Amino acid sequence: MKINPKAVLAAAVLLLAGTLPTPGLAMDPLDAPETVTIDAMANLYKPVEFSHLRHSKLARCKDCHHHTTGHQDMDPNCIRCHANSPEASTVSCKDCHTKKQFYPEQVTAGDNPNLYHIDKPGLKGAYHLNCVPCHVAKNAPSHCEGCHALTDAGKQFFHLDSQAQGAAEPAKGQNKHAR
Amino acid sequence: MNTLINRRRFLQGSLAASAAATISLAKKTEAASFEGYPNAMGVLVDLSRCVGCRSCEAACNKEQNLPAPEKPFNDFSVFDEMHHGQKRRTDETRYTIVNRYEIPGREHPLFRKIQCNHCQEPACLTSCFVNAYTKTPEGAVIYNVDVCVGCRTCMVACPFYIPAFRYSSAFSPRIMKCVFCHETRLTKGLPPACVEACPQEALTFGRRSDLVEVGKQRIRENPGAYVDHIYGEHEAGGTAWMYLSPAPFEQVGFDTSMPKEPILNYVKDFLAIVPMVLTIWPALFAGFHLLATRKDKMEQQKKNEGEV
Repeated sequence: MKINPKAVLAAAVLLLAGTLPTPGLAMDPLDAPETVTIDAMANLYKPVEFSHLRHSKLARCKDCHHHTTGHQDMDPNCIRCHANSPEASTVSCKDCHTKKQFYPEQVTAGDNPNLYHIDKPGLKGAYHLNCVPCHVAKNAPSHCEGCHALTDAGKQFFHLDSQAQGAAEPAKGQNKHAR
Repeated sequence: MNTLINRRRFLQGSLAASAAATISLAKKTEAASFEGYPNAMGVLVDLSRCVGCRSCEAACNKEQNLPAPEKPFNDFSVFDEMHHGQKRRTDETRYTIVNRYEIPGREHPLFRKIQCNHCQEPACLTSCFVNAYTKTPEGAVIYNVDVCVGCRTCMVACPFYIPAFRYSSAFSPRIMKCVFCHETRLTKGLPPACVEACPQEALTFGRRSDLVEVGKQRIRENPGAYVDHIYGEHEAGGTAWMYLSPAPFEQVGFDTSMPKEPILNYVKDFLAIVPMVLTIWPALFAGFHLLATRKDKMEQQKKNEGEV
Protein backbone atom coordinates (compact mmCIF):
# COMPACT_ATOMS: atom_id res chain seq x y z
CA MET A 1 0.00 0.00 0.00
CA LYS A 2 1.33 3.31 -1.04
CA ILE A 3 0.63 6.47 0.94
CA ASN A 4 -0.43 9.36 -1.20
CA PRO A 5 1.42 12.49 0.05
CA LYS A 6 -1.39 14.65 -1.24
CA ALA A 7 -3.90 12.79 0.99
CA VAL A 8 -1.64 13.28 4.02
CA LEU A 9 -1.47 16.97 3.29
CA ALA A 10 -5.24 17.21 2.93
CA ALA A 11 -5.78 15.35 6.22
CA ALA A 12 -3.30 17.64 7.95
CA VAL A 13 -5.07 20.72 6.62
CA LEU A 14 -8.42 19.34 7.77
CA LEU A 15 -7.08 18.64 11.26
CA LEU A 16 -5.55 22.09 11.49
CA ALA A 17 -8.72 23.73 10.28
CA GLY A 18 -10.65 22.08 13.11
CA THR A 19 -8.65 24.02 15.67
CA LEU A 20 -9.30 27.38 14.00
CA PRO A 21 -12.36 29.47 14.93
CA THR A 22 -15.19 28.74 12.55
CA PRO A 23 -18.16 30.91 11.78
CA GLY A 24 -20.96 30.30 14.25
CA LEU A 25 -18.59 29.65 17.14
CA ALA A 26 -17.56 32.25 19.72
CA MET A 27 -14.56 34.49 19.18
CA ASP A 28 -11.57 34.45 21.45
CA PRO A 29 -10.35 37.71 23.07
CA LEU A 30 -6.78 36.79 22.13
CA ASP A 31 -7.71 37.27 18.48
CA ALA A 32 -8.37 40.95 19.20
CA PRO A 33 -5.78 43.71 19.16
CA GLU A 34 -4.03 44.35 22.48
CA THR A 35 -4.75 48.08 22.51
CA VAL A 36 -7.22 50.27 20.64
CA THR A 37 -6.54 53.97 20.20
CA ILE A 38 -9.70 56.00 20.68
CA ASP A 39 -9.21 59.41 19.12
CA ALA A 40 -12.66 60.39 17.87
CA MET A 41 -12.66 63.46 20.16
CA ALA A 42 -8.96 64.21 19.68
CA ASN A 43 -9.69 67.92 19.37
CA LEU A 44 -10.65 68.68 22.98
CA TYR A 45 -9.13 65.57 24.55
CA LYS A 46 -5.93 63.65 23.95
CA PRO A 47 -6.41 60.18 22.44
CA VAL A 48 -7.14 57.33 24.85
CA GLU A 49 -5.04 54.16 24.66
CA PHE A 50 -7.63 51.54 25.49
CA SER A 51 -6.11 48.25 26.67
CA HIS A 52 -8.40 45.69 25.10
CA LEU A 53 -6.38 42.84 26.62
CA ARG A 54 -6.78 44.18 30.16
CA HIS A 55 -10.50 44.83 29.77
CA SER A 56 -11.07 41.40 28.22
CA LYS A 57 -9.90 39.91 31.51
CA LEU A 58 -12.21 42.16 33.57
CA ALA A 59 -15.38 41.81 31.56
CA ARG A 60 -17.11 39.32 29.29
CA CYS A 61 -16.99 39.87 25.53
CA LYS A 62 -20.76 40.36 25.37
CA ASP A 63 -20.64 43.10 28.00
CA CYS A 64 -19.34 45.37 25.24
CA HIS A 65 -19.81 43.51 21.96
CA HIS A 66 -23.43 42.48 22.60
CA HIS A 67 -24.18 39.52 20.27
CA THR A 68 -21.50 40.13 17.63
CA THR A 69 -18.78 37.84 18.99
CA GLY A 70 -21.06 34.82 19.07
CA HIS A 71 -21.65 34.86 22.83
CA GLN A 72 -25.33 34.90 23.62
CA ASP A 73 -26.62 38.21 24.90
CA MET A 74 -28.73 37.98 28.05
CA ASP A 75 -30.63 41.25 27.67
CA PRO A 76 -34.32 40.25 27.31
CA ASN A 77 -34.78 42.98 24.70
CA CYS A 78 -31.92 41.58 22.58
CA ILE A 79 -32.62 37.86 22.79
CA ARG A 80 -36.00 38.39 21.21
CA CYS A 81 -34.04 38.40 17.93
CA HIS A 82 -30.45 37.55 18.84
CA ALA A 83 -30.90 34.39 20.91
CA ASN A 84 -28.81 32.36 18.47
CA SER A 85 -26.96 35.02 16.53
CA PRO A 86 -23.62 33.77 15.20
CA GLU A 87 -20.41 35.71 15.18
CA ALA A 88 -20.88 38.84 13.09
CA SER A 89 -18.68 39.88 10.19
CA THR A 90 -17.73 43.06 12.04
CA VAL A 91 -17.16 43.41 15.78
CA SER A 92 -15.58 46.87 16.02
CA CYS A 93 -17.67 49.44 17.95
CA LYS A 94 -17.51 51.99 15.14
CA ASP A 95 -18.93 49.56 12.59
CA CYS A 96 -22.38 49.83 14.19
CA HIS A 97 -22.13 52.99 16.31
CA THR A 98 -21.46 55.85 13.95
CA LYS A 99 -18.98 58.58 14.83
CA LYS A 100 -21.34 61.19 13.35
CA GLN A 101 -24.59 61.16 15.26
CA PHE A 102 -27.85 63.09 14.77
CA TYR A 103 -26.88 64.28 11.30
CA PRO A 104 -29.60 64.21 8.63
CA GLU A 105 -28.61 60.72 7.49
CA GLN A 106 -29.22 59.31 10.99
CA VAL A 107 -32.29 61.44 11.66
CA THR A 108 -34.09 60.13 8.57
CA ALA A 109 -32.87 56.53 9.00
CA GLY A 110 -36.03 55.87 11.00
CA ASP A 111 -38.07 56.24 7.82
CA ASN A 112 -36.97 52.72 6.86
CA PRO A 113 -39.89 50.58 8.07
CA ASN A 114 -37.58 47.55 8.44
CA LEU A 115 -35.24 49.30 10.88
CA TYR A 116 -35.69 47.97 14.40
CA HIS A 117 -32.85 49.82 16.14
CA ILE A 118 -34.39 53.31 16.11
CA ASP A 119 -32.52 54.36 19.27
CA LYS A 120 -28.94 53.26 18.62
CA PRO A 121 -26.36 55.49 20.32
CA GLY A 122 -23.52 57.04 18.32
CA LEU A 123 -19.93 56.03 18.96
CA LYS A 124 -19.29 58.53 21.76
CA GLY A 125 -22.58 57.72 23.46
CA ALA A 126 -22.01 53.98 23.13
CA TYR A 127 -18.59 54.21 24.78
CA HIS A 128 -19.70 56.34 27.71
CA LEU A 129 -23.03 54.63 28.32
CA ASN A 130 -21.27 51.26 28.50
CA CYS A 131 -17.97 52.24 30.18
CA VAL A 132 -19.05 54.70 32.87
CA PRO A 133 -21.49 52.51 34.87
CA CYS A 134 -18.89 49.71 35.03
CA HIS A 135 -16.11 52.14 36.01
CA VAL A 136 -18.33 53.51 38.80
CA ALA A 137 -19.24 50.00 40.00
CA LYS A 138 -15.61 48.83 40.00
CA ASN A 139 -14.17 52.05 41.43
CA ALA A 140 -12.20 52.69 38.27
CA PRO A 141 -11.66 56.32 37.22
CA SER A 142 -15.08 57.78 36.42
CA HIS A 143 -14.55 61.54 36.20
CA CYS A 144 -13.87 63.02 32.78
CA GLU A 145 -10.15 63.61 33.12
CA GLY A 146 -9.61 60.19 34.68
CA CYS A 147 -9.60 58.83 31.12
CA HIS A 148 -9.32 61.95 28.96
CA ALA A 149 -6.45 64.41 29.32
CA LEU A 150 -7.57 67.85 28.10
CA THR A 151 -5.75 69.41 25.15
CA ASP A 152 -5.10 73.16 25.04
CA ALA A 153 -8.24 73.52 22.93
CA GLY A 154 -10.11 71.56 25.58
CA LYS A 155 -8.81 73.80 28.36
CA GLN A 156 -10.01 76.82 26.42
CA PHE A 157 -13.37 75.16 25.77
CA PHE A 158 -13.94 74.63 29.52
CA HIS A 159 -12.56 78.11 30.37
CA LEU A 160 -9.97 76.77 32.82
CA ASP A 161 -8.56 80.31 32.96
CA SER A 162 -11.73 81.61 34.65
CA GLN A 163 -10.72 82.15 38.30
CA ALA A 164 -8.41 79.14 38.12
CA GLN A 165 -9.25 77.95 41.63
CA GLY A 166 -9.84 74.24 41.76
CA ALA A 167 -9.67 74.00 38.00
CA ALA A 168 -6.37 72.18 37.67
CA GLU A 169 -7.45 69.54 40.11
CA PRO A 170 -10.89 68.17 39.37
CA ALA A 171 -13.33 68.38 42.26
CA LYS A 172 -12.86 65.63 44.81
CA GLY A 173 -16.49 64.69 44.91
CA GLN A 174 -16.54 64.13 41.19
CA ASN A 175 -16.90 60.40 41.51
CA LYS A 176 -20.21 60.86 43.15
CA HIS A 177 -21.39 63.08 40.31
CA ALA A 178 -20.86 60.25 37.92
CA ARG A 179 -23.66 57.78 37.77
CA MET B 1 -94.87 106.18 21.65
CA ASN B 2 -93.52 105.52 18.20
CA THR B 3 -90.02 106.56 19.19
CA LEU B 4 -90.05 104.30 22.27
CA ILE B 5 -90.78 101.18 20.23
CA ASN B 6 -88.12 102.12 17.76
CA ARG B 7 -85.59 102.56 20.51
CA ARG B 8 -86.47 99.20 22.07
CA ARG B 9 -86.21 97.51 18.72
CA PHE B 10 -82.88 99.17 18.08
CA LEU B 11 -81.54 98.02 21.47
CA GLN B 12 -82.75 94.47 20.95
CA GLY B 13 -81.28 94.31 17.49
CA SER B 14 -77.90 95.68 18.47
CA LEU B 15 -77.57 93.39 21.50
CA ALA B 16 -78.41 90.35 19.37
CA ALA B 17 -75.88 91.42 16.76
CA SER B 18 -73.06 91.87 19.27
CA ALA B 19 -73.86 88.54 20.94
CA ALA B 20 -73.77 86.82 17.56
CA ALA B 21 -70.44 88.45 16.76
CA THR B 22 -68.98 87.27 20.08
CA ILE B 23 -70.11 83.68 19.56
CA SER B 24 -68.90 83.49 15.97
CA LEU B 25 -65.46 84.89 16.91
CA ALA B 26 -65.12 82.53 19.87
CA LYS B 27 -65.97 79.54 17.67
CA LYS B 28 -63.34 80.53 15.16
CA THR B 29 -60.55 80.66 17.77
CA GLU B 30 -61.49 77.27 19.21
CA ALA B 31 -61.13 75.63 15.81
CA ALA B 32 -57.66 77.11 15.22
CA SER B 33 -55.55 74.80 17.36
CA PHE B 34 -51.98 74.34 16.12
CA GLU B 35 -50.55 70.82 16.23
CA GLY B 36 -47.00 71.87 15.45
CA TYR B 37 -44.98 71.72 12.24
CA PRO B 38 -44.85 68.12 10.93
CA ASN B 39 -41.06 67.89 10.55
CA ALA B 40 -40.11 70.05 13.50
CA MET B 41 -37.02 68.90 15.36
CA GLY B 42 -36.69 68.32 19.07
CA VAL B 43 -34.43 66.94 21.78
CA LEU B 44 -35.18 64.15 24.23
CA VAL B 45 -33.30 64.66 27.52
CA ASP B 46 -32.77 61.43 29.46
CA LEU B 47 -32.02 62.32 33.08
CA SER B 48 -30.91 58.75 33.83
CA ARG B 49 -27.97 59.29 31.46
CA CYS B 50 -26.78 62.75 32.52
CA VAL B 51 -23.69 62.73 34.76
CA GLY B 52 -23.44 66.49 35.24
CA CYS B 53 -20.21 67.03 33.29
CA ARG B 54 -21.39 70.46 32.08
CA SER B 55 -19.99 69.91 28.57
CA CYS B 56 -23.30 71.20 27.18
CA GLU B 57 -22.87 74.47 29.08
CA ALA B 58 -19.35 74.90 27.69
CA ALA B 59 -20.47 74.06 24.14
CA CYS B 60 -23.37 76.55 24.32
CA ASN B 61 -21.08 79.28 25.63
CA LYS B 62 -18.72 78.81 22.70
CA GLU B 63 -21.37 78.40 19.99
CA GLN B 64 -23.37 81.47 21.05
CA ASN B 65 -20.31 83.62 21.88
CA LEU B 66 -21.53 84.25 25.41
CA PRO B 67 -19.37 86.00 28.03
CA ALA B 68 -16.75 83.97 29.91
CA PRO B 69 -18.19 82.18 32.94
CA GLU B 70 -17.34 83.12 36.54
CA LYS B 71 -16.09 79.62 37.23
CA PRO B 72 -14.65 77.14 34.70
CA PHE B 73 -17.10 74.69 33.19
CA ASN B 74 -15.43 71.75 34.91
CA ASP B 75 -15.89 73.30 38.37
CA PHE B 76 -18.62 71.27 40.04
CA SER B 77 -19.04 73.54 43.07
CA VAL B 78 -21.70 75.38 41.01
CA PHE B 79 -24.12 72.57 41.88
CA ASP B 80 -24.07 73.75 45.50
CA GLU B 81 -24.83 77.38 44.57
CA MET B 82 -28.10 78.83 45.80
CA HIS B 83 -29.42 82.19 44.60
CA HIS B 84 -32.23 83.59 46.75
CA GLY B 85 -33.01 80.05 47.88
CA GLN B 86 -33.15 78.73 44.31
CA LYS B 87 -30.82 76.63 42.23
CA ARG B 88 -29.08 78.19 39.24
CA ARG B 89 -31.20 79.60 36.42
CA THR B 90 -30.63 80.61 32.83
CA ASP B 91 -29.60 84.25 32.61
CA GLU B 92 -28.03 86.78 30.23
CA THR B 93 -24.67 84.97 30.33
CA ARG B 94 -25.89 81.40 29.92
CA TYR B 95 -28.64 79.94 27.75
CA THR B 96 -28.44 76.56 29.46
CA ILE B 97 -27.44 75.22 32.86
CA VAL B 98 -27.30 71.86 34.59
CA ASN B 99 -28.54 71.50 38.17
CA ARG B 100 -28.03 68.63 40.59
CA TYR B 101 -30.87 67.04 42.58
CA GLU B 102 -30.39 64.66 45.50
CA ILE B 103 -33.21 62.14 45.34
CA PRO B 104 -34.19 60.39 48.58
CA GLY B 105 -33.58 56.66 48.26
CA ARG B 106 -31.24 56.96 45.27
CA GLU B 107 -27.54 56.28 45.61
CA HIS B 108 -26.49 58.84 43.00
CA PRO B 109 -27.95 62.30 42.39
CA LEU B 110 -29.78 63.21 39.18
CA PHE B 111 -28.82 66.09 36.93
CA ARG B 112 -31.23 68.17 34.89
CA LYS B 113 -30.33 70.37 31.96
CA ILE B 114 -32.44 73.51 31.69
CA GLN B 115 -32.87 75.64 28.56
CA CYS B 116 -35.71 77.00 26.44
CA ASN B 117 -38.09 74.11 25.78
CA HIS B 118 -39.19 75.56 22.42
CA CYS B 119 -42.95 75.15 22.92
CA GLN B 120 -45.22 74.20 20.03
CA GLU B 121 -47.39 77.21 20.88
CA PRO B 122 -45.03 79.47 22.82
CA ALA B 123 -46.45 81.79 25.45
CA CYS B 124 -43.59 84.24 24.86
CA LEU B 125 -44.54 84.45 21.19
CA THR B 126 -48.24 85.03 21.80
CA SER B 127 -47.58 87.57 24.54
CA CYS B 128 -45.28 89.66 22.33
CA PHE B 129 -47.16 92.59 20.77
CA VAL B 130 -44.43 93.39 18.24
CA ASN B 131 -43.98 89.78 17.03
CA ALA B 132 -40.33 89.59 18.07
CA TYR B 133 -40.65 85.81 18.44
CA THR B 134 -41.05 83.23 15.67
CA LYS B 135 -41.68 79.49 15.85
CA THR B 136 -39.75 78.21 12.86
CA PRO B 137 -40.75 75.11 10.83
CA GLU B 138 -37.52 73.50 12.13
CA GLY B 139 -38.94 73.75 15.66
CA ALA B 140 -36.95 76.60 17.17
CA VAL B 141 -38.45 79.61 18.93
CA ILE B 142 -36.24 82.48 17.79
CA TYR B 143 -36.09 86.12 18.81
CA ASN B 144 -35.65 89.25 16.70
CA VAL B 145 -33.82 91.98 18.60
CA ASP B 146 -34.55 94.59 15.90
CA VAL B 147 -38.26 94.87 16.67
CA CYS B 148 -38.15 94.19 20.42
CA VAL B 149 -39.16 97.18 22.53
CA GLY B 150 -37.91 95.66 25.78
CA CYS B 151 -41.30 95.35 27.50
CA ARG B 152 -40.28 91.95 28.96
CA THR B 153 -43.85 90.59 28.83
CA CYS B 154 -42.36 87.36 27.43
CA MET B 155 -40.40 86.89 30.67
CA VAL B 156 -43.67 87.01 32.59
CA ALA B 157 -45.51 84.84 30.07
CA CYS B 158 -42.99 81.98 29.90
CA PRO B 159 -44.18 79.12 32.14
CA PHE B 160 -40.59 77.82 32.41
CA TYR B 161 -38.97 81.18 33.40
CA ILE B 162 -36.48 81.01 30.54
CA PRO B 163 -36.11 84.38 28.75
CA ALA B 164 -33.60 86.63 30.52
CA PHE B 165 -32.96 90.34 29.97
CA ARG B 166 -29.54 91.83 29.38
CA TYR B 167 -29.80 94.49 32.07
CA SER B 168 -26.01 94.83 32.15
CA SER B 169 -25.92 96.63 28.81
CA ALA B 170 -27.34 100.16 28.83
CA PHE B 171 -27.01 100.62 25.06
CA SER B 172 -27.96 97.23 23.67
CA PRO B 173 -30.38 95.66 26.11
CA ARG B 174 -32.16 92.62 24.72
CA ILE B 175 -33.75 89.30 25.62
CA MET B 176 -31.21 86.51 25.99
CA LYS B 177 -32.50 82.99 25.46
CA CYS B 178 -31.64 79.64 23.89
CA VAL B 179 -32.45 79.72 20.16
CA PHE B 180 -31.86 75.98 19.45
CA CYS B 181 -28.70 77.06 17.51
CA HIS B 182 -31.23 77.90 14.79
CA GLU B 183 -29.12 79.93 12.38
CA THR B 184 -25.75 78.31 12.95
CA ARG B 185 -26.81 74.67 13.02
CA LEU B 186 -30.51 73.75 12.94
CA THR B 187 -31.21 75.21 9.50
CA LYS B 188 -28.22 73.23 8.18
CA GLY B 189 -29.60 69.97 9.50
CA LEU B 190 -27.07 69.83 12.34
CA PRO B 191 -27.88 69.10 15.99
CA PRO B 192 -27.44 71.98 18.46
CA ALA B 193 -23.97 72.41 19.98
CA CYS B 194 -24.99 71.08 23.41
CA VAL B 195 -26.32 67.84 21.90
CA GLU B 196 -23.14 67.29 19.93
CA ALA B 197 -21.01 67.90 23.04
CA CYS B 198 -22.87 65.50 25.34
CA PRO B 199 -20.62 62.48 26.00
CA GLN B 200 -23.43 60.39 27.49
CA GLU B 201 -25.91 60.99 24.69
CA ALA B 202 -28.27 62.14 27.39
CA LEU B 203 -29.54 64.49 24.69
CA THR B 204 -31.10 62.78 21.69
CA PHE B 205 -31.79 64.99 18.69
CA GLY B 206 -34.35 64.12 16.04
CA ARG B 207 -37.78 64.87 14.67
CA ARG B 208 -40.08 65.55 17.58
CA SER B 209 -42.58 62.91 16.46
CA ASP B 210 -39.77 60.29 16.31
CA LEU B 211 -38.49 61.30 19.75
CA VAL B 212 -41.88 60.63 21.33
CA GLU B 213 -41.62 57.08 19.93
CA VAL B 214 -38.02 56.71 21.17
CA GLY B 215 -39.06 57.91 24.63
CA LYS B 216 -41.95 55.44 24.76
CA GLN B 217 -39.64 52.63 23.64
CA ARG B 218 -37.10 53.41 26.37
CA ILE B 219 -39.83 53.36 29.00
CA ARG B 220 -41.27 50.11 27.60
CA GLU B 221 -37.97 48.24 27.21
CA ASN B 222 -36.50 49.23 30.58
CA PRO B 223 -39.24 48.42 33.08
CA GLY B 224 -38.74 50.28 36.36
CA ALA B 225 -36.00 52.49 34.96
CA TYR B 226 -38.24 55.45 34.17
CA VAL B 227 -41.37 57.19 35.37
CA ASP B 228 -44.01 56.36 32.75
CA HIS B 229 -44.26 59.89 31.42
CA ILE B 230 -42.52 62.09 28.86
CA TYR B 231 -42.44 65.60 30.27
CA GLY B 232 -43.14 67.98 27.42
CA GLU B 233 -45.13 65.62 25.24
CA HIS B 234 -48.25 67.50 26.31
CA GLU B 235 -47.06 70.02 28.94
CA ALA B 236 -47.82 73.61 27.93
CA GLY B 237 -49.36 72.23 24.72
CA GLY B 238 -46.22 70.23 23.88
CA THR B 239 -42.59 71.29 23.74
CA ALA B 240 -39.75 70.48 21.32
CA TRP B 241 -37.46 69.60 24.23
CA MET B 242 -38.82 66.69 26.26
CA TYR B 243 -37.60 64.85 29.33
CA LEU B 244 -37.42 61.27 30.62
CA SER B 245 -36.75 60.79 34.33
CA PRO B 246 -36.08 57.79 36.57
CA ALA B 247 -37.49 59.71 39.58
CA PRO B 248 -40.83 61.54 39.97
CA PHE B 249 -40.58 64.76 37.98
CA GLU B 250 -41.38 67.02 40.93
CA GLN B 251 -38.28 65.67 42.71
CA VAL B 252 -36.09 66.86 39.84
CA GLY B 253 -37.46 70.40 39.96
CA PHE B 254 -40.14 70.12 37.27
CA ASP B 255 -43.40 72.01 37.58
CA THR B 256 -45.86 69.12 37.48
CA SER B 257 -48.84 71.47 37.70
CA MET B 258 -48.07 72.64 34.16
CA PRO B 259 -51.32 72.64 32.14
CA LYS B 260 -51.60 70.17 29.26
CA GLU B 261 -52.79 72.86 26.85
CA PRO B 262 -50.99 75.88 25.44
CA ILE B 263 -50.79 78.85 27.81
CA LEU B 264 -52.40 80.80 24.97
CA ASN B 265 -55.70 78.94 25.49
CA TYR B 266 -56.21 80.73 28.80
CA VAL B 267 -56.36 84.11 27.08
CA LYS B 268 -57.49 83.15 23.57
CA ASP B 269 -61.20 83.70 24.19
CA PHE B 270 -60.63 86.99 25.93
CA LEU B 271 -58.24 88.22 23.25
CA ALA B 272 -60.74 87.31 20.54
CA ILE B 273 -63.25 89.73 22.05
CA VAL B 274 -60.80 92.62 22.15
CA PRO B 275 -61.09 93.58 18.45
CA MET B 276 -64.88 93.41 18.71
CA VAL B 277 -64.87 95.65 21.75
CA LEU B 278 -62.63 98.12 19.98
CA THR B 279 -64.67 98.26 16.76
CA ILE B 280 -68.32 97.62 17.65
CA TRP B 281 -68.59 99.14 21.11
CA PRO B 282 -67.71 102.75 20.21
CA ALA B 283 -70.39 102.86 17.50
CA LEU B 284 -72.90 101.00 19.68
CA PHE B 285 -72.55 103.20 22.72
CA ALA B 286 -72.35 106.36 20.65
CA GLY B 287 -75.71 105.30 19.21
CA PHE B 288 -77.15 104.71 22.71
CA HIS B 289 -75.92 108.10 23.79
CA LEU B 290 -77.43 109.86 20.79
CA LEU B 291 -80.80 108.15 21.33
CA ALA B 292 -80.81 108.82 25.05
CA THR B 293 -80.09 112.50 24.57
CA ARG B 294 -82.35 112.92 21.53
CA LYS B 295 -85.48 113.74 23.59
CA ASP B 296 -83.68 116.43 25.55
CA LYS B 297 -82.29 117.90 22.35
CA MET B 298 -85.71 117.99 20.70
CA GLU B 299 -87.24 119.63 23.75
CA GLN B 300 -84.43 122.14 23.76
CA GLN B 301 -85.07 122.77 20.09
CA LYS B 302 -88.82 123.24 20.67
CA LYS B 303 -88.09 125.65 23.48
CA ASN B 304 -85.76 127.58 21.28
CA GLU B 305 -88.38 127.69 18.53
CA GLY B 306 -91.01 128.84 21.02
CA GLU B 307 -88.74 131.60 22.22
CA VAL B 308 -88.15 132.71 18.68
